[in-house]
Amino acid sequence: MTKQRAKILVIIPCYNEEASIQNLVNDIQSVKKQHDLPIDILVVNDCSKDNTLQVIKSLDCLYLDLPVNLGIGGGMQSGYKYAYRNGYQFAVQMDGDGQHPAIELPKLLQEAQTNKADVIIGSRFLEGKGFQSSFFRRLGITYFKWLNKFLIGQTIHDSTSGFRVFNRKTLELVNQYYPDEYPEPEAIVLFGMRKLIMKEVPVEMCERQGGVSSINSFRAIYYMFKVSLGIIFVYIRLKGKWKM
Amino acid sequence: MENVVPFKIQIISILATLGFMYFIVRQIIRGKLREEYSIVWFACTIVLLIFSFWRKGLEQISLALGVFYPPSLLFLLAIGAIVTFLVHLSIVNSKLQSQIKDLAHEVAFLKEKQLNESTIK
Repeated sequence: MTKQRAKILVIIPCYNEEASIQNLVNDIQSVKKQHDLPIDILVVNDCSKDNTLQVIKSLDCLYLDLPVNLGIGGGMQSGYKYAYRNGYQFAVQMDGDGQHPAIELPKLLQEAQTNKADVIIGSRFLEGKGFQSSFFRRLGITYFKWLNKFLIGQTIHDSTSGFRVFNRKTLELVNQYYPDEYPEPEAIVLFGMRKLIMKEVPVEMCERQGGVSSINSFRAIYYMFKVSLGIIFVYIRLKGKWKM
Repeated sequence: MENVVPFKIQIISILATLGFMYFIVRQIIRGKLREEYSIVWFACTIVLLIFSFWRKGLEQISLALGVFYPPSLLFLLAIGAIVTFLVHLSIVNSKLQSQIKDLAHEVAFLKEKQLNESTIK
C-alpha cells in the first residue's frame, strides 16, 4: 500500500543544485505547515554530477532519479507524468535554484483553485518587484511576448517564467507532449493553441542562490534560435491539426 | 573519348565495390548492422557496380541530361544520396532520443515505486 497522496504536487527539477535544494524544500515544508496546504514535494534529479541526490534523499520529499540526463524539459515532463498518473489535481513547477520563493506559493495556488484558468504563471514583470533579470534577458522575453501575441493572441508578460501551476486538464496535455529543451516559451504557444486559459499572477523572484543557469551568454543566441524554431513549429503543427 | 573510364580503374572500382559489399554483408551477419539500414548501402553498391561494368553508361546518361562533364553527374548523384541518408539518420536519431526519454521516465517511476514499497515494508 502506498501512502495517501495530497491534492497538489510541487515539482522541482534539479541539476547540480546541492547548494540550494535543501533550503528550498525546507521553505516549502514550512509554508505548507503555515498555510495548511495539501501538497507533496517531488524533486526530479536530472542525473546531477554533484551531491544533489544525497541531499535530496535526506530531505522530507518524494524524488525521481532520472537514469540519464534529459534536460529541463524531459525532467519536468517526468514530474508532470508522475502527477498525472498519481491523480494529483494540480502540479506546480518551481526551479531548483531558489529563484522562486516558497512564500509566493499560496498566492499561485489560491488563483489556481478558483478554477478560472488552466495555467497560472508567476510573473516577475507585472508589478516589477524583486529580481528583474538582466537587460538582454528582458529583451529576449519582450521578443517572446510579441511572438506569442502574434501567434496565439494572448499576452504573457513573463513567458520564460518557470514558476507555474497546471490543472489536471493541462497535465493531461503535457503528459503526452512537452518540449525538451528550454520548454517554457514553447509550452505557452502549445497551451494557447489548445485553447487553455492562462493567467499571470505577480510574484517576486530572487536571483539564483547557487548552481549555474542553464542559459549562459554563449548559448543565448542558440537559445533564441531554438526556442523560435520550437514555437513556430508547434504553431504550424497545431494550426494544421497535424498529429503530435 | 573512346572510354569514359580507362580499363585499369574499371577493374579497381569493381573490386572496391565488391569489397564494400562483402564488408556490409559481414556486418549484417555479425549483427552489427540492421538489415533496414543496409538496404540503402546495397542500392549504392549496385549502382556503382552497374557503372563499373557499363562504362559508356555514365557518358550516355550525362549527354542525354545535358551534363557536359560526366563525372560531375556522378558527384551530384553521390552528394544527393549522402544528404538523403544523413537526413534519414537524423530522423532515426530523433526517434531514438524520444524513445530514450520515455524509457528514462519509466525507469525513474519504477525506482521511485520500489523505494516507496521498501520504506513502507
